[in-house]
Formats: sequence, C-alpha cells, structure tokens
Amino acid sequence: MYTKIITEEYIRERLKNGLRDDSRSPFTYRNITIKTGNMPNAEGSAEVTLGNTTVIAGVKVDVGTPLKDKPEEGSIITSAELSPMASDKYEPGPPTPEAIEISRVIDRGIRAANVVDTKSLYINEEKVWNAYIDIYAVNYDGNIFDAGTLAAIAALSTSKMPRFEDEKVVRENMGKLKINAISTSCTFAKVAGHILLDPDGNEEAFSNVRLTIANDEKYIRAMQKGLGGSFTPKELDQMIDMTFNKSAELRSSIKHAIGD
Amino acid sequence: MDKVELMIDGKRIDGRTADQLRPISIVANPIRNAAGSAYIEWGANKIFAAVYGPKEALPKHTSDPEKAVIKCRYTMAPFSSVEEHGKPGMNRRAIEISKVTAEVFENVILLNKFPGSEIDIYIEVMQSDGGTRAAGITCAAVALAASGIPMRDLPYAVSAGKVGDTVILDLNKIEDNYSDADVPVAICPRKKEVSLLQMDGNLTKDEFDTALNMIINSGSYISQLQIDALKKPYEKIEERYL
Repeated sequence: MYTKIITEEYIRERLKNGLRDDSRSPFTYRNITIKTGNMPNAEGSAEVTLGNTTVIAGVKVDVGTPLKDKPEEGSIITSAELSPMASDKYEPGPPTPEAIEISRVIDRGIRAANVVDTKSLYINEEKVWNAYIDIYAVNYDGNIFDAGTLAAIAALSTSKMPRFEDEKVVRENMGKLKINAISTSCTFAKVAGHILLDPDGNEEAFSNVRLTIANDEKYIRAMQKGLGGSFTPKELDQMIDMTFNKSAELRSSIKHAIGD
Repeated sequence: MDKVELMIDGKRIDGRTADQLRPISIVANPIRNAAGSAYIEWGANKIFAAVYGPKEALPKHTSDPEKAVIKCRYTMAPFSSVEEHGKPGMNRRAIEISKVTAEVFENVILLNKFPGSEIDIYIEVMQSDGGTRAAGITCAAVALAASGIPMRDLPYAVSAGKVGDTVILDLNKIEDNYSDADVPVAICPRKKEVSLLQMDGNLTKDEFDTALNMIINSGSYISQLQIDALKKPYEKIEERYL
C-alpha cells in the first residue's frame, strides 16, 4: 500500500485557502458509515468507518457484583484496544496512556448521558448485570474518539440482553438492552493555528492541542482537552456551538443505522 | 461432560458431511495502514490479519544479523465468543498459538533477504466459532502475500477431528467442545509439507491418516480462495482501463 507523505508546511499552505488535504472544509466530517450486528456472537456490535479510520465495537453483558456506592444498579465498562494491526504507531502490550484516555473519555460521554439504563441491570442484592463495551481500532486514520463513540452507541442501541435463570446466565431468546438516550462526540484539533473538526491521522500528527466534546440534544455531557497546547475561551465557545450543530447529523446517522 | 449427538444419519449438526468445509470468504488488504492485510470469514469465524514490516528489529537483542525474525501475535477480542466477556490480550493459549503460527511462516518466508529486520504478523479474532488458529494462519498467509514479502509457498491450515468413530473436517465450536480428537494442521501446498501439527484427544493411526488426507484434499479449494482474494484488487484495475 502506498502512503502519501504529508508535511506540516503542506497542511499550512492548504489551510490558507481554507482547505484540508482531502479538500474538506475545517468543520466537515469525513464520510461516515455505521453497520450494526456484524459480530453476532456479541450481544451488540457495530463497525464504524470515518474516512479511512475503521473501528469495531462489541458489547457483552455479564453477571457481576454491585458496586458499594451503587447497590441497586449495574455498570458499563468501556475499553479501547488500539490494536497494532491498525497502525505502525500502535505497539503490542498492555493498554497505553493514549488507549486509557480514549476509553475513559468515551466512557464518560456514555455514562454522563445515561445512555444505558443501569437501573434495569439490577438482578438482586448480590448480583447485577455489567455491560462491557470493547472498542477495537482496525485501521487508524485519526479521531478514534468520535468513531469509537459512534460504534459504542450503535452497538449498545442494538444490544441484546441475556436472562438470569436458576443462578445461570441464559443467552437464548434474549431481550433488548434498555437504552435511555443517544449521545455523540465531536473532536477538534488545532493544526497550524486552524481548528479542524474530525482530524485525520496526518492532521493529528501535526496538531498541538485537541478537544473532545460529548453531548446529547440538550446538554454537554463530557469534555476532554488533550495534548500540550491551549484554546482561548472564544475558541471553546465556537467549538461548543459547532458540536451542537454537528451532533444532529451524527445522531441521525446512528438512528438510521439502528433502524430507529 | 454431557454426551451430545454430533452425527445424525451421516450429517453433522450444521448439515455438513464429514469432509465438508464451512463456507469461507477472504478479502485481501482491508487495512490500509498495514504493509499487507486480509480478512477471513470462515463459518462464523471473523478474523483480521495484518502484516507490518520488514523493519528494523527492536529491541536490538531480538534481531538476527543473518535473517529476519517473525513476531506473531494472535489475540481474541473480549466479545468474540458466544459465552461470557473474555479478558483482552494474551493468555497462555494465545502465546502458544502465536508461537506455532510464527513457525509456520518462518518456514516459507525468505528470511535471509532481510537481515536484522522483523516482520510483524497480527491476527485479531473478532468472532470465534472453532478452528480460529487454522483460519488465522490461512488469513495471515494472504496478508503476507499481499504485502509482497517473498515466500516459497502460500500455506493454508484447517483442522480435522473425530466425533464418535467418524473422522470429520473443519470442526465448529460445538463439535470442538465435544469431539474425541482435534488436529489442526498447516500445509505448504507446493510440496504438500506439514508446517503445523497439533493434536489432542485420541486417534488410531488409520484415523490420523484419514484426517490428514481430508486436510490435504481440502487444500486445493482453500488455496484457490487465497489466490482469488489476492487477485481480486487487481481485476478491478483492469476493468477500469478496458
């Protein structure tokens, strides 16, 4: 496979005319595809492509013990696996700080927006259901945050729900996992002084600061600034507006994919 | 273990005959970042393989001044089985499979062309239904060929086993759980040499011969699927210029 070598200089020159390498304007997403149910062994699954970025999310629902501070509800557990198959910048081994940040940011957006009805995951005083969300990077070309969130939400929204009978988990004739809401996220990167929505791999490589905003129709649900640079309050304001504007598009992509 | 009836009137639980493979489809180069990659659907198994390199072998003590080293990593996604949520990463089973898989490819890659380098092979099982190591090897062979790394042969792998007194080819998960024997084998088809062989359970010598014959006889079909997958991306280009 051939790779185009791109320099910071080139990105800067293109942006002077308001254009990115793939001729996108600064606040446009790449082409998004969402396919659900592609891994039927999992209770829920989804494959999302964002341009050349591909991720697969799988949901497994299993019995666990309730947390001390939440005795009457189950939990969600989110992990991001930056598999070395996805890029030569990912190495095999235990999760890197980057993978942990991605999984925690995706987790916060889903948790804060009450996407999963965790009260419905209660079984009895000793047992609750836990929904495990695993997000796999298959091909990296930037913005795993938004692709991962889309995949996680699409997988959760189509996830089945095992039954607990005679102290056993039964994975036949499963019902549906109860979902309250849909949340999405928008990730921005600043490259050569320009703020860009949905940065691709080259743009991320030359970016010095990044912001992810997770939201639903009404509220901002989670935010995370990353990397060494900084934003002005005015820039934050602009990105929040843009997020509310763009998330309608993302929500309708998810709703279309889950047949809602 | 409960006894489960795996053969009824000469048909298996999924309707196959004893020496029939599950449906297999292979796509070459689905992962753009990799030097070569492949995706295989083998029955309900869904597996990616990606190859990176040859590149400088690091850390330095792993490098060999005479030839390339193969680093293979087979893992299963935590959501890949119908049962409970698995643990991500490498367990002892995955470490063993990674090792024997690397050895299959050490046998066919022209390692001395790349002294001091490493070639990384990643096999990621997204969904499992028995026979993932064999499907993974078949898939990784396509990924390696797609990367252009020179090889003497294009290996394939498939497992055979035994239920009751019947030797069967390509066990699915349920058959694997209740079978009396399981024999995954990799074959280098040009010389019909065996480059992976594992077995557990019980087999007579005759049963082993039957199993190995089934594996070798299924080879021309699997090899053809591998070759077709490798040719496919180039057929499209030809159409465009016609």
